[in-house]
Amino acid sequence: MNEQSSHNAAPRKLTGAEIIWECLERLGVEHVFGYPGGAILPTYDALTRSRVHHVLVRHEQGATHMADGYARASGRVGVALATSGPGATNMVTGIATAMMDSSPIVCITGQVGSTVLGSDAFQETDITGITIPITKHNYLVTRADEVASSLREAFQIAASDRPGPVLVDITKDAQLGICEFDWDAAAPRAHRQVPDFFPAPAKLDEAAALINESQRPVILAGHGIILSGAGEEVRRLAETADIPVALTLLGLGAFPASHPLNLGMMGMHGEAWVNQAIQESDLLIALGMRFDDRVTGKLNTYAQKAKKIHVEIDRAEINKNVHVDVPLIGDLREVLLRLLPLVKPNRHSEWWSQVHVSKKDSAVRDIQNLPDSGHLYAAHVINDLWRETKGDAVIVTDVGQHQMWEAQYYHHEKPRSLITSGGLGTMGFALPAAIGAKFARPDSEVWVVVGDGGFQMTMAELATIVQEKLNVKIAIINNGFLGMVRQWQEFFYEGRYAGTPLLSPDFVKLADAYGIPGLMVTQRSQVVPALNTSRFHAGPALIDFRVEQEDSVYPMVPAGADLQAMIRRPTPLVERPTDD
Amino acid sequence: MTEREKPHTFVLYVENKPGVLNRISSLFRRRGYNIESLTVGHTERPNISRMTIVSSIGEGAAHRVEANIYKLVNVLSVEDVTHATTISRSLALIKVDAPEESRHRLMEIVRVFRARVVDLAPRSLIIEITGAEDKIHALVDVLRPFGILEMVRTGQVVMRRGVQESSLPKGAQDDPRPSQQKTGPELTGADALVEAEHPGSV
Repeated sequence: MNEQSSHNAAPRKLTGAEIIWECLERLGVEHVFGYPGGAILPTYDALTRSRVHHVLVRHEQGATHMADGYARASGRVGVALATSGPGATNMVTGIATAMMDSSPIVCITGQVGSTVLGSDAFQETDITGITIPITKHNYLVTRADEVASSLREAFQIAASDRPGPVLVDITKDAQLGICEFDWDAAAPRAHRQVPDFFPAPAKLDEAAALINESQRPVILAGHGIILSGAGEEVRRLAETADIPVALTLLGLGAFPASHPLNLGMMGMHGEAWVNQAIQESDLLIALGMRFDDRVTGKLNTYAQKAKKIHVEIDRAEINKNVHVDVPLIGDLREVLLRLLPLVKPNRHSEWWSQVHVSKKDSAVRDIQNLPDSGHLYAAHVINDLWRETKGDAVIVTDVGQHQMWEAQYYHHEKPRSLITSGGLGTMGFALPAAIGAKFARPDSEVWVVVGDGGFQMTMAELATIVQEKLNVKIAIINNGFLGMVRQWQEFFYEGRYAGTPLLSPDFVKLADAYGIPGLMVTQRSQVVPALNTSRFHAGPALIDFRVEQEDSVYPMVPAGADLQAMIRRPTPLVERPTDD
Repeated sequence: MTEREKPHTFVLYVENKPGVLNRISSLFRRRGYNIESLTVGHTERPNISRMTIVSSIGEGAAHRVEANIYKLVNVLSVEDVTHATTISRSLALIKVDAPEESRHRLMEIVRVFRARVVDLAPRSLIIEITGAEDKIHALVDVLRPFGILEMVRTGQVVMRRGVQESSLPKGAQDDPRPSQQKTGPELTGADALVEAEHPGSV
């Protein structure tokens, strides 16, 4: 309808600020996460005449994580808004987070007037300079008549190719200036809307031949599957050629956890049999993943027996960490649609039995299968959460031990059901990202799974939840330590716990101060009742799970070690004395 | 990842806008690569500049830099011409200590190198030389014993030999905001990632 009317309506005179909202509306933006300030005031004034819903955050970092969570939960571009100077610099962590995980967000910042740019004016900072390495692109807009084209282009760049953050810095005089608004004239350049490279037929033939001849293939399934919407094509590939599928952290949900061909997560805290399969494989088919160091371990011992096919939209990822034999550049779904007809039906029963043998050893080490010691383990909490929500919730995690336990014990069936900061590993991500996710998916059950450390980094956003009347549930995995760092200190620094014991407030009382009902859980038997009390409360709720203090995430590949050199959970589990 | 480093020459077409150089140099800086020389100037098309960047890096590093430069929105094309047949030129102005007694020998050297004297002062002269890097090196070596007082060099400009046109996308000159089609790194050898005849490339 907007498009229609834009053709008929004569160009109108609008201020730059009004153009911002007009463009956002036409771009389909419903929610903007922001925080006002001097240099963005004209835009906030124009907000009063806009249909866009503004969410007042408590810190601009929260705004960027909310936009990011919104983007990851929906696949649409998330929008954050802030003022100049500190408002803009507070966004840096969230922008870098979105960059590392290819999340499409547009950040709009106010800037001092163009005549005083570079004069160290009040609340001036060179945010376009600062964010060059952590954005796909950014703009400094100094005139009202540049606002529309910059915003339209920003949205296109954020969402196209390998998605990522774009920042648009708009000076105060550009917001105040008046010009003719012409939506059509501001159409963005066709900046590589479609990937301009498609694999040559010969390359596809080469890849198919490798797949058809392989005896021990493994698919490495990454975030690109979700971004490209290629889940169905990946499933067809795996089923046709009977190929085990290993997932990266950000790939979880791209391939159903319950599918018989699903191996599980790979890498530093991946399942032992998954890493073993990768090391034994004769062909890795990497789909939309980037051979991160947390996935490969030591590079010169990584999957030495395997040929590698790499399907990737970003050519800069090809041969970056791991040399590949057949790179196929392009949109993953498009490439798979061309590759699938060349792949022959196949069975790999010998390979599967090899994989199953290595699985057995892991089962007895799984804490789920160890006798109940009366202690509360994070793994139990997360497994119960999975069972009670039937795997249907959107889980938003923070970073650290609980994040890895979530990846291990919550089994994701669908894309966009796990939202987590992978590449940058940003603590404080979960709570604000969950707010964004809830706006994107109001009908989904949204759970924050967060450590006691990360929660305290951005817990101010509890107020945002209450102000916006959001039904977001919060599970704090509280072990009194910065757990993952503590674990590294235990394993690699002879147990010298420097800076990791953590004092926290009474989270239940804290929740109460915000008007959010809170529960504390100390025993395994209380987990399910507490989860359900929270789940069936019609509003936000918080549970403080007091879990085993010095439990570690197993298995673990030490940083930079061979992928098969995993530290396994001792069995039978040796209990540590607790503090009480 | 210790690769043999050698000078790599990149030729770029970029939009002539503020901040573009910063975006490009940032890609070298964050990886700790030094830029040996860098030249920027106008091209046959309005609003489009051409850069020649020389950096001593390994082969794999060169591919990564090239691929990342390609991703920049303001970059229209990028090509690593290190292994291509090219004409390469730079210009140097060299101020030499030139008392009466050494002038004759200096003039002789200038003649042999096909350089020019562009300034003559009572005790010094300025020599201008244009040529490939090694020719300039050779002249500098010969002049050093006379006493080089000051020297400035432009950095290399490079052009492919033969009938090849620039790698700039067609039609770019008509649109002040040109990036309808971008041409990327030409991928060779082990990195022949995609079909050679992708649209818009040389």
